[in-house]
Amino acid sequence: MTTFKIKNRLAKDKLMLWSVCVLAAFTAVPLLAILGEVLLRGYDQLSWSFFTEPTPTAYKAMKAIEAGEPIPGGIANGIIGTMIMLGMAVIVAVPVGILCGAFLAENSKNRFAQVVSYLTDLLQGTPSVIIGIITYIWIVVPMKGYSAIAGSVALCIMMLPLIIRSTEETLKILPASLKEAGLALGGNKARVMLKVQLPAAFGGIFTGVLLAISRVIGETAPLMFTALGCSLIRFSIDKPISAVPLLIWEFFNDPNLQELIWGASLFLLLFVLTLNLLSKYLAKKWNQ
Amino acid sequence: MESVTPILEFKKTCVSYTKQTMAVKYVSAAIERNTITAIMGPSGCGKSTLLRAVNLMHNLYQNIRVDGGILLNGENILAMEPIDVRRRVGMVFQRPAPFPTMSIYDNVLSGFTLNGIKLSKAEKDVTVERCLRSVTLWDEVKDVLNKKGTFLSGGQQQRLCIARALAMKPDVLLMDEPTSALDPIATKHIEELLLELQKEVTILIVTHNMGQARRISSKSMFMYLGELVEYGDTEAMFSKPSDERTKAYLTGKMG
Amino acid sequence: MNDKIYRVILFIAALIVPTVCGGVIYALVTDAYDAFEYFGFFKFLTSSEWSYTEGAEQYGALPFITGTLMTTLLALVFCIPFSLPVALFVGEYFKGTKIAAVLSTVTDLLAGIPSIIYGLWGFYTLRPIIMALDISEQGSGILTASLVLAIMIIPYAASLSAEFIKMVPNDLKEGAYSLGATRAEVIRKVVFPVAGSGIFSSYVLAIGRALGETMTVTMLIGNTNNIPDSITSTGNSMASIIANQFGEADGLRLSSLIAIGLILFLITAAINMVGKIMIKRARIS
Repeated sequence: MTTFKIKNRLAKDKLMLWSVCVLAAFTAVPLLAILGEVLLRGYDQLSWSFFTEPTPTAYKAMKAIEAGEPIPGGIANGIIGTMIMLGMAVIVAVPVGILCGAFLAENSKNRFAQVVSYLTDLLQGTPSVIIGIITYIWIVVPMKGYSAIAGSVALCIMMLPLIIRSTEETLKILPASLKEAGLALGGNKARVMLKVQLPAAFGGIFTGVLLAISRVIGETAPLMFTALGCSLIRFSIDKPISAVPLLIWEFFNDPNLQELIWGASLFLLLFVLTLNLLSKYLAKKWNQ
Repeated sequence: MESVTPILEFKKTCVSYTKQTMAVKYVSAAIERNTITAIMGPSGCGKSTLLRAVNLMHNLYQNIRVDGGILLNGENILAMEPIDVRRRVGMVFQRPAPFPTMSIYDNVLSGFTLNGIKLSKAEKDVTVERCLRSVTLWDEVKDVLNKKGTFLSGGQQQRLCIARALAMKPDVLLMDEPTSALDPIATKHIEELLLELQKEVTILIVTHNMGQARRISSKSMFMYLGELVEYGDTEAMFSKPSDERTKAYLTGKMG
Repeated sequence: MNDKIYRVILFIAALIVPTVCGGVIYALVTDAYDAFEYFGFFKFLTSSEWSYTEGAEQYGALPFITGTLMTTLLALVFCIPFSLPVALFVGEYFKGTKIAAVLSTVTDLLAGIPSIIYGLWGFYTLRPIIMALDISEQGSGILTASLVLAIMIIPYAASLSAEFIKMVPNDLKEGAYSLGATRAEVIRKVVFPVAGSGIFSSYVLAIGRALGETMTVTMLIGNTNNIPDSITSTGNSMASIIANQFGEADGLRLSSLIAIGLILFLITAAINMVGKIMIKRARIS
């Protein structure tokens, strides 16, 4: 073989390495661009009142814009709504998800468990907008109105498969000796699960829950047909309520409120990404 | 007396994984053409590391340094392009690993495909038959050439891997414990094969099996803690080792 | 608590998943029934009319099915040239190094950004660029939506592909190197063929994600109810028509939207199932 051909092949090899590096590095561009844009346009909106006051009406905002003043008000209604709905969703989804995950981990050979496992995948892959439709049909129609309950049901359904999976996977990688040791000491299965396996799996399950929260906290579509949104700070769970992503959607659609988009987005983005990084960090720490 | 350039020559070859520790220390030896040379030694003595230096396998990994010289037909391979060296120095590994996505036929030709060399159909057929015959696999697989190589037995797979290396017509064939994953019958088969093959290629074989070294090799190296302790005729070494450490190893007093 | 009660509790908890799934299908089918009965199942699928003039209501899903398929496939096309290099970077070239961990974190964070924020970025940053480049007049459309969608699915395709690339046995790679191949040749002729089915299945799952993506597409696709005639024209996807009109719809239109939801659910479920089965097979072999 000629040296020319070897040179040619080596050149191709180099080219491949460089294109892989360049193209891979390119994926950081949208992340930086999004972070940068949201930060630059949003940071000066963040103030104490932004977190303590509810959204202004379009009329008020219009007046402020006409007068050349900053738009009054903030996203407190959204933050409180998100917290209420998320709280209710977590209270239901975490225990149910852990129990269901424990069931899958203990009966992995069982036919029914395989069906449940498959359906968990199905649920996890279901587009969020469809979860919205379903919750509308199940909750909003019978209750004759949009409500925080409906919103939290939608979030709960989306969190469930994530928590089930992380519980199942964490329990499955625990050494079998752990469970056997517990059983050998005379504990029954329930006690061993509660006192030995679940505490040992705590780290994995906890990061799974954090990740599940970070996934659903930015969901907009399912809340549009369930929680609807509300410009007041509300604590009742049977009335329409707002959420941070819903507010962003409102601001996006209302020319008078558009200035508020970036502050709200910055808040949401920082919250989600912090949760994300935190769960990754904890997972790494607990895995050692 | 004529002086012949040895086909392969180690000149103070050193291999180090970290700055402090050397896995192979100043090994010097000349390998004769068309011989089988066995490299023996307890595990961790650097025998595989030395072998892998010959086809620049260490270049694949960061932090591994090879110093000194390794001459192939008088040329220092450490200064050559790895892909060029590796085409001239074949290698067979401990565990048979034919390419699972290729047929037996394509496995034999994989060296050409990987190097981007195009062959005509006739050339391909000739090469496949020649190589499979030389590893005595032809009669067993000639009707199933289009099946995946992974369907063969372990011994057959290893012979396929030897055929794949031979297809490139290498000057030297490196074998890293090629029979340690095989059963005794397959091992015997491969040993007989190697004795035949030394007519066409110089073989350097790492083995932890002393019987094997004695049965097939004409020259032997004994390595210990990265050093080449002894190198000479196999028969002489087994019957009258000159170093205490070699003696201890050969008599089973050392791992 | 004895074992029996414990098992019953676990069983009941596990029942919730089939119950929810059954409920999803039941609710979608019963509420979509009106639309299917009124227009006929096939007619509904193949009709491209979407008009809610009272008395002459006419609803068909074809424009939205087309819109969804176009955005998804285009997103896939834009995604591959970036996700494959990321997978190679993390799974082969810089496997196990710090820099690979950094890139993984970058893609993880990309996966964590809420879809509404992607929509905003697409609307306020990408759309003006598309307009400035004179690609389309209004800036929004299939192309804009697909570009952002592509960024959103890069993390999913890349991390899963990287997992399969990492699993290619070192024996095989060393075998190929020992025959004189360059790294590029090893990747093309050994790594890709061996990891191929796994890589393919990760793209199937990425498609599954793209199909149902709602807010980004809703904000960028232009929201017109006709069959898009080119990639720069506007349209609507199944998810975006639902997001746009569900709140104001009732009667036949509501039922039609739910029918579109049912179709979307079935397509996504089928794609995800195929992807999961393929992944299981790829992992075993």
